[in-house]
Amino acid sequence: MIQRTLYDKLVDSHTVRKLDEAGNEVLLYIDRTVLNEYTSPQAFSGLREAGRKVFRPQAALGVVDHVNSTRPAIRKAQSLENRDRQISYFGENCRDFDIELFDLLHPNQGIEHVVMTELGLVLPGMVFAAGDSHTTTYGAFGSLGFGIGTSDIEHYLATQTLAYTRLRTMLITVNGPLSVGNTAKDIIMAVIRRIGADGATGFAIEFAGSTIRQLSMEGRMTICNMAVECGARGAIVAPDDRTFEYLSALPRSPSGSLWDTAVSNWQTLSSDPGAPFDKTVEIDAADIEPMVTWGTSPDQAIPVTQAIPALDSFQGAEERNHAERALAYMGLRPGMHMTSIRIDWAFIGSCTNARLEDLRSASSVLKGRKVADGVRAIVVPGSSEVSRQAEAEGIARIFMDAGFEWRQSGCSMCLAMNDDIVPAGERCASSTNRNFEGRQGFNSRTHLMSPAMVAAAAVCGHICDIRDMEPGSAY
Amino acid sequence: MHIEPFIRKSGIIAALPSANIDTDVIMPKTFLKGIDRSGLKKGVFHDFRFDADGSPRPGFVLNKAPWNKAEFLVTGANFGCGSSREHAVWGLRQIGISAIIAPSFAGIFYDNCAKNGLLAITLPADKTAALVETARKGKPVTIDLLARVITAPDFSFDFDIPERRRQMLLSGLDAIGATLEMRRDIEAFQARYLEERPWLAWSER
Repeated sequence: MIQRTLYDKLVDSHTVRKLDEAGNEVLLYIDRTVLNEYTSPQAFSGLREAGRKVFRPQAALGVVDHVNSTRPAIRKAQSLENRDRQISYFGENCRDFDIELFDLLHPNQGIEHVVMTELGLVLPGMVFAAGDSHTTTYGAFGSLGFGIGTSDIEHYLATQTLAYTRLRTMLITVNGPLSVGNTAKDIIMAVIRRIGADGATGFAIEFAGSTIRQLSMEGRMTICNMAVECGARGAIVAPDDRTFEYLSALPRSPSGSLWDTAVSNWQTLSSDPGAPFDKTVEIDAADIEPMVTWGTSPDQAIPVTQAIPALDSFQGAEERNHAERALAYMGLRPGMHMTSIRIDWAFIGSCTNARLEDLRSASSVLKGRKVADGVRAIVVPGSSEVSRQAEAEGIARIFMDAGFEWRQSGCSMCLAMNDDIVPAGERCASSTNRNFEGRQGFNSRTHLMSPAMVAAAAVCGHICDIRDMEPGSAY
Repeated sequence: MHIEPFIRKSGIIAALPSANIDTDVIMPKTFLKGIDRSGLKKGVFHDFRFDADGSPRPGFVLNKAPWNKAEFLVTGANFGCGSSREHAVWGLRQIGISAIIAPSFAGIFYDNCAKNGLLAITLPADKTAALVETARKGKPVTIDLLARVITAPDFSFDFDIPERRRQMLLSGLDAIGATLEMRRDIEAFQARYLEERPWLAWSER
């Protein structure tokens, strides 16, 4: 029998039919999607113009997250006064096509990927396609998730399928204990630095190894979420007891005898021993240190202990030019120590790092401390549910006492489509996923890092090594 | 949606040889506030094309003749990485770009191109480097999708493209219409699939 990877099994089990003889292109059945207000409107307009219906409305969920304000008063006005055309059209579309909607004031509103996973709508063995590149998050549950554009959202809504080209497969194994101060964010940033921003373009990654097994589900989500930043269009962790335990507590997970049936199916979801991968990468967790980006691409990252590399250290003229341009944009020079870089903003949020575990980790750094003078610090919980839990646990209070603004949920300053914008020339320590030019605002400067490292930078007023702040403590 | 077929086109090619040009750069967030596809011309590479006060930056290639009339782009690797925003592709089409040649493309962007009649061609880096030189000289090239050949004044290259994608671009095919012809296959698959996994429907509203 042919040994198959978990990725192969997921594609095979969702193949309606081949579209070419070799089976490299298939008509792929998609289990479910989540829609947002900014990438979906033209898809719905397309359906309206062609007089088409949604194939399976119950397999879609609408969540407002990208453009909404996270300030309570503005948000309420946005909702009640129909001030935002994208939000109001989204409401019309979900109503007219009979799709469940978590609108701005809904108690389950939040960042789409946080909402989907906290409800139990993401289960092992499923395939998701959604109009947001970070749909790769869902692979943490042993499912396949990938981002699509608006035309494919329309295709999905009309047909429940996509014409899909099989990816090559990459196995990334991370082994060994993670040392204190390091998080899942540091693992994935180290991976991206190692293989490059296009290192997994055309690939689906399976993450394996003892370090990945030891991670919480939140940590696995962070890793799969950010795998798209090295080009992966699918990032999978095989499900295990930790996955099942996490799912068993979620509101829309199956229960009773259905749960037992489901688990026995899910236990079969792993790559066969010896299944061939097109590429393998091995990483020793002992080599991982807290990571920070210095440039404008997620692979332009180094351990916080290091200095910005000399331009001569880059291979080839193109990469050197890229680094030079990035440093000019960032207002930095080769040889500068990362810990010498002062910040103006600290942002904790996004689908990468705004779950309860992330907020706990950041708040443990902030307890009894204050945000440095001259730093504006904001925390935007991943969902309204995360927000409620954090308030109940007292975490919200720790953030506020430290001088952080405690906001309502949304994508917010990760991509600055709302009113949370880093001004030109200012510098932000950010728990998000992209440090592109202009990402957090025109001429804004972003340094990606873990939520605990953002909290530490907020307190110090400059980028700092979390391990220097609280020796020996664990988060 | 009507898509203009791509069969054979000639025109000026502009070079943007940096690697990892992302969709935030191709179409900044300020231009993502619409509910239709229109009005994205101004947004394309906005922060490269315009200063903070809105005046054109004379040094940027797409602001200079003859590349301000470019029909094609040749770029660095991993073009279109980052956000899934199809607005990037809509905008490029609206400023008249009909083909992009690069050593590699980000996956979502690559798929978005095909849906909008934008031909994305992957070529090895030595060949894109030759095209960058052609672009810098301001010489026109011809791209023939029927024959799968790019012809420049000094050379020509064959290129590969997945056959389904090629047919879609040649015909301007409505992809949804084509898939809906397989509706019975989809319905049969779905019925069997959901029956075998009874816990899935449980999660639904």
